[in-house]
Amino acid sequence: MAKITHKDKRDWYLARFARFEQQLNGASASALHQVRRNAIEFFAESGFPTSRDEDWKHTNLAALTRIDFHPLLDGDPAATSAADINPFTFADLECTRLVFLNGLFAPHLSTSASLPPGVQVTSLARALEETPEKVEPHLGRYLPYQQQGFAALNTAFLKDGAFVYIPPNTELEVPIHLLFVSRAGEQPSASFPRNLIVVEASARASLIETYAGFQDQIYLTNAATEAVIGANATLEHCKIQRESDAAFHVAALHFNEARDSRLTANNISLGGRLTRNDITTLLDGEAVESTLNGLYLMNREQHVDNHTLIEHARPNCASHELYKGILADRSTGVFRGKIHVHQDAQKTNAYQSNQNLLLSDKADITSKPQLEIYADDVKCSHGSTTGQLDQDAVFYLRARGLGKWDAINVLTRAFAGELLERIGNETVRHQLEQLVGGKLEAADHYGERA
Amino acid sequence: MLQIKNLHARVGEADILKGIDLEVRAGEIHAVMGPNGSGKSTLAQILAGHQDFEITEGSVVYEGKDLLDMAPEERAREGIFMAFQYPVEIPGVNSAYFLRTGLNEIRKHRGEEEMDAMDFLGLIREKLELVEMDESFLKRSVNEGFSGGEKKRHEVLQLAVLEPRLAILDETDSGLDIDALRIVAHGVKTLHSTEKSIVVVTHYQRLLDYIVPDYVHILLQGRIVKSGDRELAIELEEKGYDWIKKEQADARVEA
Repeated sequence: MAKITHKDKRDWYLARFARFEQQLNGASASALHQVRRNAIEFFAESGFPTSRDEDWKHTNLAALTRIDFHPLLDGDPAATSAADINPFTFADLECTRLVFLNGLFAPHLSTSASLPPGVQVTSLARALEETPEKVEPHLGRYLPYQQQGFAALNTAFLKDGAFVYIPPNTELEVPIHLLFVSRAGEQPSASFPRNLIVVEASARASLIETYAGFQDQIYLTNAATEAVIGANATLEHCKIQRESDAAFHVAALHFNEARDSRLTANNISLGGRLTRNDITTLLDGEAVESTLNGLYLMNREQHVDNHTLIEHARPNCASHELYKGILADRSTGVFRGKIHVHQDAQKTNAYQSNQNLLLSDKADITSKPQLEIYADDVKCSHGSTTGQLDQDAVFYLRARGLGKWDAINVLTRAFAGELLERIGNETVRHQLEQLVGGKLEAADHYGERA
Repeated sequence: MLQIKNLHARVGEADILKGIDLEVRAGEIHAVMGPNGSGKSTLAQILAGHQDFEITEGSVVYEGKDLLDMAPEERAREGIFMAFQYPVEIPGVNSAYFLRTGLNEIRKHRGEEEMDAMDFLGLIREKLELVEMDESFLKRSVNEGFSGGEKKRHEVLQLAVLEPRLAILDETDSGLDIDALRIVAHGVKTLHSTEKSIVVVTHYQRLLDYIVPDYVHILLQGRIVKSGDRELAIELEEKGYDWIKKEQADARVEA
């Protein structure tokens, strides 16, 4: 029993891939399919990362590789109604919304606000058929799918996801909401959403990705987003992970920024049994400004692992990163943030901070900020703090009449609030404040209340 | 209202209070004075429910109830208020929310209806005037970036909003210039009545020019060594704490 079962599930996914290939029929001759094949070949060789990989040292994938996840690449989206997904939408937000069920586009749940001419907000599968000339120059160009098992698997099973195209000089007034809902069948399911976002020169867009699922369902979301931000363009991106607490969520986000562009990438993790985010931004032109904000709130046995990589490749760019974590009960977290300043990137200004709040003695965080600097005229700083709630502040609130748990709750929400207030969209911020408040109430330690 | 009997307390191995007896009746103002390290702030904090101190002996009864058995929030809801010597900064919690949440907890406890944001604004405006504070304070994080004087006035603002029966001022006058002292003293005095009592814990006599105490107690090395009226405070101001220390030393020699 102790032997490694099926080479960490490699054979299982190779067999699923063979079946997927059969379903593709004629499409298997396409250039895209060659990319899929390259990806699965890499996966066949390397499999999933293990704790021997430096980048995966603190995240144990044993539970994930024990389960047979069934890719639902031919599911029936019609079985899910608007009422089912309602809790995951923004009630008061005018937006263009694309909904995906187990990674596949669900037109009957999607809505569109009026969009400026030339803007495309559609499914990747459709875009590949209708406007391949816009997709092919970018798809698979940024994500290192031949270096890492999950990126390889996502690319091998690439079928659908969102495609967003904003033409030059176009400002999108209303945000785009991409909602990925997982609904497991009788067996644990897997989905592989793949998104491509292209914001052309001097254009502007705001985009929210929500990953959600239903209580207690076991499934795997292996998502990847590539975003290309043109010269002088602006993108505000917000990823909200609110999967089922029994789900596995592994996501990669790759931002490619041209000169004078601005990016704000917010990354909020609330759900999931195991969460891993790999967020990379390449500052590939002068005078780029990147802001990375992250909040993770975990309880019970949840585990979250955020890896960020900021590549300062050109001079005169600035990056600001703040990741805040709250860990309750027996939950565990990893933050690894690397700032890589290339030799050419003089006058770089980079600031990174990771702050963690442990609400229990059994919660644990591993925080590893990392600076790698090859230029000599730069301003870089980083810091990491981990602590418990300020007991003087708890006493102060109690001395004014607040109960112990209310005091703890107020202080913890304030800790999260400092991050959430950086989210520009008020409706999104409000929803997140509600989710954070609700989640704090649900932590096991509130059992002590009685 | 408050009976403290033979109260002993320690932190770790250090005995701080070594048998305090003090009775405060409704409407009275008591001043507890003493040099640094005499235990006067410890006494204030124990009354508010701070849990760093271990009570080794004695009792505290408040309105007929065992105070030492009550959680800090229960004490606040029952009408005890301590103005902190070092008010705590709470980033991300604005003053208006902080004040209203505390007030509503106390109102709930009294069986009164909770106050909504609008009604609260009416109340708070009146109280802000009392301590000569600007409405913009309400939007700021509690004590964050406040000057020393602003922090102390903010404490008195809380006192004014929560309307306790027993107010304990823990060195509220320390570090204040004369203008701020006058504002603080005026705020406190306005809230005093025949039903409401005040315990002023202070190092200096200055505040007592404004808030005139009925009784003055001198605390030294964890014991009340001398009690008297206002005159005692004035005498202490003139002669300094060394006078009391010497008197105590002499008494010990005689014994």
